[in-house]
Amino acid sequence: MLALEQFLTLAAILFAIGLYGALTKKNIIIVLVSVELMLSAVNINLLAFSRYGFVPSINGQVFTLFAMVIAACEVAVGLAILISLYRNRNTTNVRDQDLMKW
Amino acid sequence: MFEGFALTGQSVAFFLVSLFVIACAVLLLSQRKVIYMALAIGGVFIGLAGIYILLEAEFLAFIQVLLYAGAITIMMLFAIMLTRHDDLDTQEKITAHPVWSAIGAASIGLIVLYVLKFSGVRWPESTESPWAGKVNVNLIGDSLFNQYVIPFELVSIIIIAALVGAITLANREEEEE
Repeated sequence: MLALEQFLTLAAILFAIGLYGALTKKNIIIVLVSVELMLSAVNINLLAFSRYGFVPSINGQVFTLFAMVIAACEVAVGLAILISLYRNRNTTNVRDQDLMKW
Repeated sequence: MFEGFALTGQSVAFFLVSLFVIACAVLLLSQRKVIYMALAIGGVFIGLAGIYILLEAEFLAFIQVLLYAGAITIMMLFAIMLTRHDDLDTQEKITAHPVWSAIGAASIGLIVLYVLKFSGVRWPESTESPWAGKVNVNLIGDSLFNQYVIPFELVSIIIIAALVGAITLANREEEEE
């Protein structure tokens, strides 16, 4: 039988990997991908508590559905901003986007 | 790590799928070419659909394949191809930045794992399926259109706003010229 602990462990590992990728990767699209990885780890947590938690309920799955929709919107707007940035500054490197850095 | 671990079909499937997911995630970190990283994230998303099926969320597993492995991965690939992707993701100079990032990410992961294992929280024992004999889609539909109907309508507004915003942002250059 599977238990809550295993899913939480997997989600923690995925979250740490996504955090490391978001902090170190140079390409701005890959940073966005790493953020998606962290969001997916959160989705695993929601689903695991919805199935194996103290009060099993379908609400966790509905929340995951909303989180997925918002994540898809975020990716669409994020990629549009990226393409606009690339047009204006001709680079996809995160380190070059320092207009607001002082 | 998991004491009292019974070797059933479910647990074997969980181990194989989670191994695949973590291997794809590590591949995402270790690749040099950007396009391979986008393919690795596709593997992660497909593996996560398997995890969702093990969590008895079949509808969300299909949505995961359609939305993430289909739409989002392809959109990432399009964005990579529309921008300059031939330069490798290399480190031009050795700085302390990746070391601190690794320490930060690893400490957050280890803190969560420590809380999971040694905090003394008694996690609930694995029980019988709370949805035995019920169709997953029916349950989600009931909850979505009765209890969560207002958030559902709000989400449609967000989708419209995101769609219009994305088109406006990506189109702006051509309108001005």
